[in-house]
Amino acid sequence: MSGAGDPAPDVLGDALLAMALLRIDPLLGGVVLRGDGPARDRVVETIGAARTLPRNVDVDRLVGGLDLGATLALGRPVAQSGLLAQADGGAVLLPGAERTDDVVVSALCAALDSGMVVAERDGLSRRDAARFVVVALDDGIEDEAVAAPLAERLAFRFDLEGAGDGLPPACDMSAAATQAIIDEVQIEAIASVASALGIDSMRAQLFAVRAALALARLEGRDAVSDGDVTVAARLVLAPRATRLPQPDAAEEDEAPEPSPPSDAPGDEPQGEPRQLDDVVLEAVLAALPPDMLAAIAQGSARAAATRARGKGEKRRSPTRGRPVGTRSGVPRGGLRLSLIDTLRAAAPWQRLRGREDARIRIRKDDLRIRRFESRAEATTIFAVDASGSSALARLAEAKGAVELMLAEAYVKRAQVALVAFRGEGAELLLPPTRSLARARRALAELPGGGGTPIAAGLTLARELAEAAVARGRTAFVVVLSDGRANVALAGGPRGAAQGDAQAAAQAIGAAGIDGAFVDISARPRAEGAALAGAMRARYLPLPRADARAMHAAVREAMPK
Amino acid sequence: MRSPFPFSAIVGQDEMKLALLIAAVDARVGGVMVFGDRGTGKSTAVRALAALLPPVPAGQVGYHAEGAAPAKGKAAVPFVDLPLGATEDRVVGALDLERALGAGVKAFEPGLLARANGGFLYIDEINLLEDHIVDLLLDVAASGENLVEREGLSVRHPARFVLIGSGNPEEGELRPQLLDRFGLSVEVRTPQAIADRVEILKRCDAFERDPAGFAQGWAAQEKKTLKRIARGRDLVGKVEMPDSILSRAARLCSAVGADGLRGELTLMRAARALAALEGAKVVADAHLDRVAALALRHRLRRNPLDDTGSTARIERAMGELAAA
Repeated sequence: MSGAGDPAPDVLGDALLAMALLRIDPLLGGVVLRGDGPARDRVVETIGAARTLPRNVDVDRLVGGLDLGATLALGRPVAQSGLLAQADGGAVLLPGAERTDDVVVSALCAALDSGMVVAERDGLSRRDAARFVVVALDDGIEDEAVAAPLAERLAFRFDLEGAGDGLPPACDMSAAATQAIIDEVQIEAIASVASALGIDSMRAQLFAVRAALALARLEGRDAVSDGDVTVAARLVLAPRATRLPQPDAAEEDEAPEPSPPSDAPGDEPQGEPRQLDDVVLEAVLAALPPDMLAAIAQGSARAAATRARGKGEKRRSPTRGRPVGTRSGVPRGGLRLSLIDTLRAAAPWQRLRGREDARIRIRKDDLRIRRFESRAEATTIFAVDASGSSALARLAEAKGAVELMLAEAYVKRAQVALVAFRGEGAELLLPPTRSLARARRALAELPGGGGTPIAAGLTLARELAEAAVARGRTAFVVVLSDGRANVALAGGPRGAAQGDAQAAAQAIGAAGIDGAFVDISARPRAEGAALAGAMRARYLPLPRADARAMHAAVREAMPK
Repeated sequence: MRSPFPFSAIVGQDEMKLALLIAAVDARVGGVMVFGDRGTGKSTAVRALAALLPPVPAGQVGYHAEGAAPAKGKAAVPFVDLPLGATEDRVVGALDLERALGAGVKAFEPGLLARANGGFLYIDEINLLEDHIVDLLLDVAASGENLVEREGLSVRHPARFVLIGSGNPEEGELRPQLLDRFGLSVEVRTPQAIADRVEILKRCDAFERDPAGFAQGWAAQEKKTLKRIARGRDLVGKVEMPDSILSRAARLCSAVGADGLRGELTLMRAARALAALEGAKVVADAHLDRVAALALRHRLRRNPLDDTGSTARIERAMGELAAA
């Protein structure tokens, strides 16, 4: 058993330890297991009683609703508890967690927060106990992650991709204690390590405290040891790190020459606690996977921010669309019956229809079907030329246009993504989002200058558009450029640049993706129009466009 | 259900606590929207407020069917949680199916809006609420009454409630029409000082260990807050608002370009509620200044090309007022 203070075990060992801690204290919420393979199967096997949630589970099945069979048989509404209530005291297994519906995520989060599932639907008002552990399986597909609100509420996350499937001894729970205490120095160590690693969420820190308590209890001790704190920080805090500790509390600009980090005592006014901090911090740093360490160390705040925040925001819309009430109609061809509304429609007529037994008299015109918003949700992808040939001022106007689009995006439930191309290639600055806050941050850092790799920009925009279409959304590509390419794909000769751009534009047209090409050069020439033609997009020469004009023109060009 | 974490035991987050107390003193201030990152204790604070509301005459809250005997005595102020995924019939009310099918009686089964009448309606993650439910809420919040015309029913009942929402701006924007419905808006962040964080961890640990004992330890403090709210409620109608305050409010709103009259009204009501909460009989400049950011920051016209935050713009305007 990997006990407190042991050297860092492998990730599989840690994951199995976490599963044992979840059994000791279910309020740790659960675990995200990334990566498909035998190691993950090995961990999942240890869950015990679990309910599997298909990722498109109906809300009424999830939180409870009317029992169709019993309601019709008995002639009065009969309620049925949902899957979450049925999982009370056990676990919920969530396969394909990175693609779970928003509604399902919200229901899980509410249950994790309150230990209850509250349903106010279909004429029923239910409250059921629902205290369970969530095991979210993230298949580890590039660029997708478990929705942030859910991941936030699960204490643990492990990437088991390529982890060995050796058999570490199972945790022995027989000696587990029911209570343990943690002292103030240990709590301080957790708070200061979290702060050093740029972890702001109090929930994460509370999970670290809980995990330390559970580790002590697992070994039958009634007090947390410093080793428990170290292991808890490694399990809970390490995967949430967004930055490496600053060598000194002073501002980084001030550092005169690089000095070895924190050999000198820090200037915090504590003596003893500092030492536990350092031990714990060192253990956490040792546990960070090398690629993550590199990503964080690369240093810029942006890398940290995208790691922490960029994950999880990419959730699909339900392909069935958003429910918008019911209407009368016959449930066929994929249309679904709304039982409650059908019964309500039939109820006033029962006596008239001669009802004498329990059987409800339902006629065809009582039938009600659920309405879903048929309009597919739109993803607008901006591909912005950030190269030297586009003046910085134009870039600022383009940013303004993007923000104006976003400001009204909520109403249309549209998403916006932003690709910038300059220098050697294209970069995804803003993955599809509805959040103005995120967009602002991404745009604030939009750099300018360098060559004009139009082909790379168009290719990335097309890939995003195709991904959106694959998820049942409509995609619209807006290119803001002067159309004059001078960087070819993958280091090809400069002369190939325009040809590559033309081919990339053609690929967008061939994929059937709608778009607009905004020519932002001061004196529009033939290149822009040619690219627009290849894209089969509207060509909008806007030599003196400001943000508002650009926004208006693009809106005009968009499919209604 | 676990007993809620005591309001008084929440470390820091003074602005959020202030906004909630103001809404508790005077419902006319309008709702409170709490924006913040994950793990900042938004819903903990909102749910804790429910325990601090002094009882009111039973006839003023909830749903009373036409012709029913008038309610007597005191009742708790309703505090209704609107879960995401709630359906329209449960929100606005609908035909009582059990009675319709069982006894053949056409009766109205009141929904969450009826239950929240005279109290608070809380929506966590409000930015994820379905559009058609948002539309319903907007209609009812504007008129103060709920009109139900469905399944042969025709019911009209009062539905005045304080809307409290919380959400994370990273999860998506709030519709402007909805945002405008909130009198006050708060932005919460995790405390950065390690000492505060340690205090939070210690209190949460103590609470988890023994919720009842922890609540007991804070009972005196909670009672004090409840009394302040009760006194504020009594006083708020009598607080005097000097003309100088009215003109200061008007100048501030025009300086920051807060759209519409609603900003000015909310600003004055919030200042008056704050004065009442503190037992003052006259509204002072300081009261107004302390609520300015709360009442106005979500009403400023957006300028996409100006990155200055709303709060900073309001503070700047207040500084200029002070200098003038």
